[in-house]
Amino acid sequence: MAKKKQTANEIEAPQVSKAQGIIIGLFLTILSILFLAPILIVLLNSFKSKLYISSEPFKLPDANTFVGLSNYTDGAVKIGFFQSFGWSLFITVFAVVVIVLFTAMTAWIITRIKSKFTSFLYYFFVFAMIVPFQMVMFTMTFVANRLHLDNPVGIIIIYLGFGSGLSVFMFSGFVKAIPIAMEEAAMIDGCNPLQTFFSIVFPMLKPTAITVAILNAMWVWNDYLLPYLILGTEHKTIPIAIQYLRGGYGSVDMGAMMAMLVLAIVPIIIFYLTCQKYIIKGVVAGAVKG
Amino acid sequence: MQKALKKYFPIFALPTLIAFVIAFVVPFFMGIYLSLCKFRTVTNAEFIGLGNYAKAFANKDFLNALLFTVKFTVVSVITINVLAFLLALLLTKGIKGTNIFRTVFFMPNLIGGIVLGYIWQLIINGILLKVVGQDIYYNPSYGFWGLIILMNWQQIGYMMIIYVAGIQNVPPELIEAAKIDGATTWQTLKSVIVPMVMSSFTICMFLTLTNSFKLFDQNLALTAGLPARKTAMLALDIYNTFYGRTGWEGVGQAKAVVFFVIVAVISLTQLVITRSKEVEN
Repeated sequence: MAKKKQTANEIEAPQVSKAQGIIIGLFLTILSILFLAPILIVLLNSFKSKLYISSEPFKLPDANTFVGLSNYTDGAVKIGFFQSFGWSLFITVFAVVVIVLFTAMTAWIITRIKSKFTSFLYYFFVFAMIVPFQMVMFTMTFVANRLHLDNPVGIIIIYLGFGSGLSVFMFSGFVKAIPIAMEEAAMIDGCNPLQTFFSIVFPMLKPTAITVAILNAMWVWNDYLLPYLILGTEHKTIPIAIQYLRGGYGSVDMGAMMAMLVLAIVPIIIFYLTCQKYIIKGVVAGAVKG
Repeated sequence: MQKALKKYFPIFALPTLIAFVIAFVVPFFMGIYLSLCKFRTVTNAEFIGLGNYAKAFANKDFLNALLFTVKFTVVSVITINVLAFLLALLLTKGIKGTNIFRTVFFMPNLIGGIVLGYIWQLIINGILLKVVGQDIYYNPSYGFWGLIILMNWQQIGYMMIIYVAGIQNVPPELIEAAKIDGATTWQTLKSVIVPMVMSSFTICMFLTLTNSFKLFDQNLALTAGLPARKTAMLALDIYNTFYGRTGWEGVGQAKAVVFFVIVAVISLTQLVITRSKEVEN
């Protein structure tokens, strides 16, 4: 499907007259500005004194209301933003690596071994995909506490377990589509299954691995409730830190809030603009298969 | 080959399986059992049968959340899909700057729910304070429409991209042929493009349906259920029952099971529809 899409892109020529094109272009430009406006308004307000944010959010900062970077420094200290950034990064990176590696291995072995047990496992993973988090949140927190997984390392095991449904499902779909002959040849030549997997199968799974990595990275990075229940506020990820700004104090410090929202968005935008091609492709592939 | 693979099965599958059992299998079955129990902590559970379910369905907050969630889901599914499809049509006209527009429209999708909630709280409160002199906590319908706007902003770009992929798969010859036969733009759209993008439509319908139905973070950040839990959706109501009301843990778990059953029915319906479409193709 990807190939077909590309050719469709190439042969695509303007299908509308010049005047229509200008009108549509103008309309889309205005719409783009409206789409970006909320983020820009938050950015502007992050430089204003907290007293003027709720009452006049649409006014530009002026000599009276401008406070420079003090919202950023205050907010970052208040919620420990840079520790939070560190924890978010740590948990996301390791959770994604662990999920991609182990679910790819699992998906391959349960697809290649033909037995009632492996197909039962496959359907169990698919079933896990449709179970909403609220169904297991209370008991999962209990199990995690009991097994001492309620820390930034343990939570990675929780993410592997809860995220394995979708990832195994996506990898299995791809394994089914690749010919088995190469693997058989490798095994006849004396490779054991581990060597076969890492030298032949995993390189072929790369496009799916990128998709799985992006979907899981977006999920783990933005996830609020699971890490909040497992980690509490001792090790705060970014969403927990932002929510803490409201929960932890009587009235919300709007200045700190605006600044922290900006700091939370900037890494996402940088990541998006650098890997845009993979992100959009991955998200669409994930949607079509999931 | 099967023999060698079977020997290596533990190395390949055990790490995932152990994590899966810890994080999903055990909590899932424990959850079903606990929905039939009275408990404060998991260790002092006492079996009481279906009492929790009776309490859940007699609970005003729960029924209100169910109604609110259904209304929200219906409105957001319709608005998101209509707007995303219209945008997709405009973005497949070969206009200059298409890629930039696509980048911009898709971007909100990557921002997490908590952050999104607070961004829109600022904007919506700013407008409401100007126009009616009240904030979003004042009236449940402010919260409702606030959530709709937020959800549209987040999801339109995503669905638009799936529709664009669908529209680009329509063979140009088909549109050309329709034009030669004298079809108007509207007729081409209705009789050629729409039927050809039905699979994209099914995907987007169910994505928006489940995303809206399961919404939690955005709801927590934007309204936190205020005023008086009137804007709490199902996921937030379940959370409140678990952690906001001592002695109601069992009822919270029963609500969670009901929630799971509804989501499962939606997902299975999608599976059946997608399967039957695949057979047709």
